[in-house]
Amino acid sequence: MTWIFENWERFWEVTEVHLRLSVVPVLIGFVLSIPLGWFASRSATARAVLFPLANVLFTIPSIALIVITPVLIGVKILDEINVIVPLTIYTVALMVRSVADALSAVPGHVTAAANAMGFRPLRRFLVVDFPLALPVTIAGLRVATVSNISMVSVGALVGLGGYGQLFTEGYQTDNSAKVFAGLIGTVVLAALADGLLLLVGRVLTPWARAGR
Amino acid sequence: MGGWLFDPAHWSGTAGIPARLLEHLGYTLMTLLIAAVIAIPLGAFVGHTGKGGFVVVGLSNVLRALPTTAVLILVVLWAGLGDFPVYVALVLLAIPPIMAGTYAGIRAVDPVAVDAARGVGMREWGVLTNVEIPNALPLIYGGFRGAALQVVATATIAAYTGAGGLGRFVFDGLALQEFGQMLAGAVLVALLAVLVDLGFASLQRLTVSPGLRPVGTGGKR
Repeated sequence: MTWIFENWERFWEVTEVHLRLSVVPVLIGFVLSIPLGWFASRSATARAVLFPLANVLFTIPSIALIVITPVLIGVKILDEINVIVPLTIYTVALMVRSVADALSAVPGHVTAAANAMGFRPLRRFLVVDFPLALPVTIAGLRVATVSNISMVSVGALVGLGGYGQLFTEGYQTDNSAKVFAGLIGTVVLAALADGLLLLVGRVLTPWARAGR
Repeated sequence: MGGWLFDPAHWSGTAGIPARLLEHLGYTLMTLLIAAVIAIPLGAFVGHTGKGGFVVVGLSNVLRALPTTAVLILVVLWAGLGDFPVYVALVLLAIPPIMAGTYAGIRAVDPVAVDAARGVGMREWGVLTNVEIPNALPLIYGGFRGAALQVVATATIAAYTGAGGLGRFVFDGLALQEFGQMLAGAVLVALLAVLVDLGFASLQRLTVSPGLRPVGTGGKR
């Protein structure tokens, strides 16, 4: 722990990089998974294609995907995009199912009532279906965020930034305090992000607590 | 990639593809065995008694956020190189999904069935082993297979600290700037993950009571 206070500037610097590399993929992945999940909740064919594809993508180890990405999209191995693309893929793979399950679970009588009140499809989705799907969606988002924060460190094995740099440097210089500092940073960041999403979920779905 | 993968020279010896594949599979199976021996009794105890559920959920969440690379490196720095640090890191990775699956599975068993078991005079141990665990098997397998996928994927990192397995190709390829070797390693890990999951899927079909199969998911009736 003392390492963190003695090297505060360095610790803050890797924290910023770590946060950026884990939050950007969650945001992009979340936005992409909404239309895909909606599609999967409406069409059995889309489900039959998207769900197995998501499962297969999930079996590709993160270190492998981080190594393959620069070859596939033609950038240098030390580009941050090599972590952002794989983690976005994992987020989409996880969130498509969450969003689809959440939308499928919206009660039929509610959507029927919304239709009867004259909601157009897009407006119904935005103000009825999607808000009702939020609790399950946010549960999925919490898992995706925590696993992303933990996975960013793998990028350091090929030389990218974040807390993982403290791991590799600590290993090379036989400095376990440095490795431990990165471990604490990762766990605290994950706990904070998880708590924040939990809070956002509560604020956005006040009806879930009504009448309890 | 094809060139490296299909070169016969890479298919023999202790550093060849079959040897590394077996090492990787060995890490995976041994890890899963140790993790199951720890996590299934814990999850079953908490699920059966209903006590300490929040401990299981809290512990799972903390362990899930734990970066495997850091655990591996810390144990290497403390205990030296070898297979021991690999197992510590991988077992810690495998415990949360198995424990959570067991706990959730046992909590989800129909209370009517548990009540009936007590009614016919079963002791608590009998209720757990004859009713709750068999009924919870689909969810236990769910957690176990999730853990298996993660372990196969993450065992790759073991090679960073000089251990064996398919990660050797990824890290050696990286060090030598041989993209063919890196890609071959990555593809082999993904293939192994799919094969291991298929293996456990068959085991699940053999060991789970046909009465518990969800309707319409491929189970023959």
